[in-house]
Amino acid sequence: MSETIGTTELRTPVLDPAAWTCPAPLRDQPRIVMGHGGGGALSAELVQHVFAPAFGGDVLAQLGDAAALSLGGVRMAFSTDSFVVRPLFFPGGSIGDLAVNGTVNDLAMSGARAAYLSCGFILEEGVEMETVARVAEAFGAAARTAGVEVATGDTKVVEAGHGDGIFINTAGIGLIPAGVDLRPQRVVPGDVVLVSGAIGVHGVAIMSVREGLEFGVEIESDCAALGGLVDAMLAVTPDLHVLRDPTRGGLAAALNEIAAASGTGVVIRERDVPVPPAVANACAVLGLDPMYVANEGKLVAFVPREHADAVLDAMRAHPLGTESRIIGEAVDAHPGMVVARTGLGGTRVVDLPIGEQLPRIC
Amino acid sequence: MKYIDEFQDPDLARRLLDDIHSTVTRPWALMEVCGGQTHTIIRHGIDQLLPDQVELIHGPGCPVCVTPLEVIDKALEIASRPGVIFCSFGDMLRVPGTGRDLFQVRSAGGDVRVVYSPLDALRIAQQNPDREVVFFGIGFETTAPPNAMTVYQARKLGIPNFSLLVSHVRVPPAIEAIMQSPTCRVQGFLAAGHVCSVMGVGEYPELAERFRVPIVVTGFEPLDILEGVRRTVAQLERGEHTVDNAYPRAVRPEGNPAARAMLEDVFEVTDRAWRGIGVIPDSGWRLSPKYREYDAEHRFSVDGIQTREPAACRSGEVLQGLLKPHECEAFGTLCTPRTPLGATMVSSEGACAAYYLYRRLDLTPAPREATPVV
Repeated sequence: MSETIGTTELRTPVLDPAAWTCPAPLRDQPRIVMGHGGGGALSAELVQHVFAPAFGGDVLAQLGDAAALSLGGVRMAFSTDSFVVRPLFFPGGSIGDLAVNGTVNDLAMSGARAAYLSCGFILEEGVEMETVARVAEAFGAAARTAGVEVATGDTKVVEAGHGDGIFINTAGIGLIPAGVDLRPQRVVPGDVVLVSGAIGVHGVAIMSVREGLEFGVEIESDCAALGGLVDAMLAVTPDLHVLRDPTRGGLAAALNEIAAASGTGVVIRERDVPVPPAVANACAVLGLDPMYVANEGKLVAFVPREHADAVLDAMRAHPLGTESRIIGEAVDAHPGMVVARTGLGGTRVVDLPIGEQLPRIC
Repeated sequence: MKYIDEFQDPDLARRLLDDIHSTVTRPWALMEVCGGQTHTIIRHGIDQLLPDQVELIHGPGCPVCVTPLEVIDKALEIASRPGVIFCSFGDMLRVPGTGRDLFQVRSAGGDVRVVYSPLDALRIAQQNPDREVVFFGIGFETTAPPNAMTVYQARKLGIPNFSLLVSHVRVPPAIEAIMQSPTCRVQGFLAAGHVCSVMGVGEYPELAERFRVPIVVTGFEPLDILEGVRRTVAQLERGEHTVDNAYPRAVRPEGNPAARAMLEDVFEVTDRAWRGIGVIPDSGWRLSPKYREYDAEHRFSVDGIQTREPAACRSGEVLQGLLKPHECEAFGTLCTPRTPLGATMVSSEGACAAYYLYRRLDLTPAPREATPVV
């Protein structure tokens, strides 16, 4: 049976799962695609279905940005991260700053102040010595600013064409203060959601230099170490429920991870989410949603309602949190799902990104 | 926020909504032609705020969605060849061809690059004289002029290693095909503003008159959409069917003469297949004879491609406004952005993607047949 539209014949739709083959087998892919590193659903699947089963272990099963450990009766946080950013230098920072701040912030999100870092440099044959030295200087300066000591390191060189100039891996450890227990499972309906400032800045800054795009004003990365801001928040109350730095996948991914792990719903008010005009305009041009764009110096916090105002005040009093805002709350409804109230009064789901956002055609 | 906030102002939106609510006396079905408009509507919840009598039907104006599977398979084939640099806008990379997409071609060693302008592809061709550089030229009247300009420049500059894989389509023949369908229930069109900014509005009065349907040129921000709906409903309530420009800040009646001249020089009108819909006469462009050497289909032998569409996919009906995305049996189950059956679920402008991404809270897949209403 068929019907026509104009001169066009339509196929009669038949639902036959037995005959169905997925045209885009993003699941069970035979090869790694870029989306596996995008911080979204593909990244999560790679970890959950390949790495976690292979490695095992209760600590890894927490799947937090940093692992909370107990060693000799001492509670500590341990984290590692690798940095493959291109270009190596960008407005507001470099791969050296990122490599320090990324790991320091992963530790900070578990409430720990980073104490020691490791540093693994993978250098590509032919990269200029001056470039390596500039990155190393930036790395050292960022470590000093963050108050962390580089305790050990490693250097490897790969043949020309087998790298992208410089890759860096860092790992860090720090102590978790007594009474601090930050994890999404502690989130309960009624918790207030805060962000420490404008979102989408780092991702747009990188795009602007990587792709040679100009958006009228130069946008600088927000790359920063958040240990001091977290200290200021914990000084108000150790009873923060969860912190997350919304890096790859942006604010949307961070909120979705918390919603999924806590089993609560999350509602945010779209107009309260701080998006700088330059970021909004760049995203409008490229067809991207700022909520999915990476940040490097911001955090999102779920805080018991009774402490929310005091924590917000403390955040605003810190140099890295002057633009902090309450953007929503955890709710009983739609468990595991993040929903935005739009500026016009409608609602929409804010989903976990699949891989990386792609600029649209027009 | 300059140029964005002004067109999302809640107070102005409320006034427009009040006007629409007070004007409507009976049910009307309007089609927004462009997928970008669909996303604005769903992302901002505009359809939730309109009166129940105003139904928005999502049209075929997603360039990614309507690119035929055969062309995508040709792109995958060309991009897989050694010595080729295949350049595309980003949102084509995840669109499923038969069995794979451009991301997978890249992960298997193909040199697939995302560009932000077709002229970037031309620059890559200049920088790589020993490689063949192909740009994937898809889209409506909006993207066709810059792609035409690229071919014009390639010829002018004597760049022999550049070619265009063309799948450009035109809106007016699609409107005509929709209105001629016996199952059509569209009573008014929100025409795609960006298309009209190039082509002007000259193609529409004849269509409005012949099918007795109001056509209102509409922009893409929430207030643009509401104003377009307001004017269309007002016409319908008055029994009128004229062409009205509700997007004058971007659209002049004559369009962009320079862009149109470029189109006429480089392209010629041809029949085109639309994915999920079929061939619509005179609905597309191909390179004109004097530029035929820049046609990637001529340069690369990619005939004999065997395409395989998933049988469960009802994208075609969604694109024609016969089916709402969540009325498809596969929506959200067999078909998700992770496992898309059709391009409407994967494109950033696809109606199915909009419903899945933004509307899962209040939608459950509702298996039912498309119910034609004439």
